[in-house]
Amino acid sequence: MIVADRKSLQEILAMVKDNKKILIAGCKGCVTVCNVGGLKEVEILASSMKIARKKEGNDIDIDIHVLERQCDTEYVAGISDIVDDYDAVISLACGVGPQFLSEMYKDQTFYPGVNTTFFGGATQHGVWEERCAGCGTCAIHNFGGLCPVARCAKSLLNGPCGGSSNGVCEINKDTECIWDSIVRKKMDAGQLEDLIGVKGIKDWRTARDGGPRRSIREELVQGNI
Amino acid sequence: MRLSYPADIKVIQVPCTGRVDILHLLNAIEDGADGVYVAGCLEGECHYIEGNLKARRKVEYVKKTLTELGIEPERVEMYNLSSAQGARFAEIAIEVVDKIRELGPTPVKSTHAA
Repeated sequence: MIVADRKSLQEILAMVKDNKKILIAGCKGCVTVCNVGGLKEVEILASSMKIARKKEGNDIDIDIHVLERQCDTEYVAGISDIVDDYDAVISLACGVGPQFLSEMYKDQTFYPGVNTTFFGGATQHGVWEERCAGCGTCAIHNFGGLCPVARCAKSLLNGPCGGSSNGVCEINKDTECIWDSIVRKKMDAGQLEDLIGVKGIKDWRTARDGGPRRSIREELVQGNI
Repeated sequence: MRLSYPADIKVIQVPCTGRVDILHLLNAIEDGADGVYVAGCLEGECHYIEGNLKARRKVEYVKKTLTELGIEPERVEMYNLSSAQGARFAEIAIEVVDKIRELGPTPVKSTHAA
């Protein structure tokens, strides 16, 4: 899923400091799963903001609405009846949400309430880790199912660098050296020779280096299936 | 026992403090309560295993939020006592009221016309 962190209350309050009536739009997708933009988080943000504004003697009206997803136009259209009733809208979806909203409702101002961070998963309750860099050319099967593109600080494809020490990456003692894990896993499986061949230069055009990406599924575009 | 405790306290009963939510605490502050405290069972003696521990974590979360907003975190507290400690209940009530009086009225006031 896409993982995000909520922006600080001060940052969000500063965005809407001149507004008197706002909508906080949550999303039932990834940000609900990573506990940052679902119904509960939307309600907590709304209450916290009301407390802050009351304290300043500058009350704010806040309504909340949690969309099924903010990355599909049919769901974004779900607030068409109410979106103009507000001075501004805070989206607690990933970075896709406020953009889809801005594209559909050109006269409204949308603020991002979260910082979108990475594609990952929860390794324990409350801890999320990056697993995918969305490079567009998945090859994790070559690395024992562990992705060096996303999980090596240098995205190295041919083994660890000199900064690997006791399984830990030099950038941070909490960051494992994924190449250490890849090599160990391959050794345990008796498949170390799989890593001997030199991996050719990766074609990064399928990643962000090729510019904004687009995925077209003709059969769906045509509505055949 | 016929113990008395300050009339300033409004008691809201829940089946277990594990039922107390962050939003209950925030909404109380938002609606103008000068302080809120949660009176849970003694740690390690929760009938539902860890309801009181969860409540404490929620209280801590709200304290953090209040701090971020420049409001005294002491306005929200967690206490642990058993249902057999009536005298302690009254003592805590007095302690909380004294502390809140010291802090003064809540800075969270609505400017909307009543």
